[in-house]
Amino acid sequence: MFPGLADVSISQDIPVEGEITVPVGSHSPDEDYSTLDEPVRDTIMRDLKAVGKKFVHVMYPRKSSALLRDWDLWGPLVLCVSLALMLQGGSADSKDDGGPQFAEVFVIIWFGAVVITLNSKLLGGTISFFQSLCVLGYCVLPLTVAMLVCRLVLLAGAGTISFIIRLIVVVAMFGWSTLASTAFLADSQPPNRKALVVYPIFLFYFVISWMILTFTPQ
Amino acid sequence: MAAADDLKFQEFDDAANLLAANPDATTISIDEPVEIPKNQHSRQQEPGREEDDELLGTDDSDKTELLAGQKKSAPFWTFEYYQTFFDVDTYQVLDRIKGSVFPVPGKNFVRLYIRSNPDLYGPFWICATLVFTIAVSGNLSNFFIHLGKPTYHYVPEFRKVSIAATTIYAYAWLVPLALWGFLMWRNSKVMNIVSYSFLEIVCVYGYSLFIYIPTAILWIIPQKVVRWVLVVFSLCLSGSVLVMTFWPAVRDDNRRIALATVGTILLLHALLAVGCLAYFFDAPELDFPAPIIPAHNGTTVTTKSH
Repeated sequence: MFPGLADVSISQDIPVEGEITVPVGSHSPDEDYSTLDEPVRDTIMRDLKAVGKKFVHVMYPRKSSALLRDWDLWGPLVLCVSLALMLQGGSADSKDDGGPQFAEVFVIIWFGAVVITLNSKLLGGTISFFQSLCVLGYCVLPLTVAMLVCRLVLLAGAGTISFIIRLIVVVAMFGWSTLASTAFLADSQPPNRKALVVYPIFLFYFVISWMILTFTPQ
Repeated sequence: MAAADDLKFQEFDDAANLLAANPDATTISIDEPVEIPKNQHSRQQEPGREEDDELLGTDDSDKTELLAGQKKSAPFWTFEYYQTFFDVDTYQVLDRIKGSVFPVPGKNFVRLYIRSNPDLYGPFWICATLVFTIAVSGNLSNFFIHLGKPTYHYVPEFRKVSIAATTIYAYAWLVPLALWGFLMWRNSKVMNIVSYSFLEIVCVYGYSLFIYIPTAILWIIPQKVVRWVLVVFSLCLSGSVLVMTFWPAVRDDNRRIALATVGTILLLHALLAVGCLAYFFDAPELDFPAPIIPAHNGTTVTTKSH
């Protein structure tokens, strides 16, 4: 049936044996010993270093795959909790008129990130669900820095000058966040739908920036 | 005989067998582009006169039902099923938005822009944008109105975001549901030529809300006259899109029912605009200086008048 292969013979001395397992790309000095045996400090430091490396990648966005390939959700959790905590203590004459509560900030950030991820996947993006969550969560870092700066500025006073400083800082960090997340996420989208994917990210960070800017202490 | 054999229907062998018998034969493969029939189909509809539009409308809806059936063939519990609702490109979304803001008299929004491909991207994100725009603009407008007063203490009013979200999403989804149910019921009684699917109605409503986004931003201007002019203007634009979409669907019905349907559509649309204006934006001139009760630690308790 296959005339062309008739003259190939399997030599008897080619060994038909070897490894069947496909090497998984694990970055793995810890293949030598189980991570159960290492000191707790090493375990924690390794994760902390991974998170810190991703923070650096967000602040100086380059085309690196660290955020995408080795995603983790610790960083977004830490950022979200600290942002929500810093947004507490907003002014409230009555409960109805104050700033967002802790649960509201938390829900907005996580629910917003999930909705944006679903949106980009429904539009045909090739990025995975948790990778996208990871990127969106980590890119909240500039806004968290802006919140910190705003609270410090508000300690000094709440006049017009402080408002202008806060406005400039928040706008700059908002731009930084949006650009950073777009830089990481835009490549995985089909080219004629990039704007459709970037716009919700813009809206998401705009809402967070608005919450930061309108924070007024009691 | 040879002639009879030529005329007889012949079974041709499988392509693989033919190729095995004659491996040097050239082969041509032809891809079937699935999208081209749809595009040609919708292009045929554009140069339409009124009567022809109606006549073509029948075949149009039949063929589109068939095509729609072919398109959304994935079962509803798979991800691919929902991906079919997001099958739009950037320029398509922008075209649809343009079509909702500049209604062309005589052209039906659904037939012109959506017939081939209703999407959920536009309705969902336009509603989300509208929610935040109204909340932010309302907050800003109140801030500017009360700016000079010494008793005023700025509050972010974050609760209003959830109220805005509930209102607008309820409007954008429940009203189309009710309208679709009503049209289906009338269709069972009176044979209408034009009928819309639920998604198309949601699409029209979603895109027709787009005009309220710039309107809400312009509502920051604290002049009553300006605000009401804006209400009327945006109502005319988006209302006309809705009317021109739904009038062909009810026009064959009893005259009174048709007019009542279109009237209700417009009324609900107007109620949404006026309600948002009244609730989220404080009235500019009717602001009485509230009585203040100074407390010891410096905070003041004021009563707000809406």
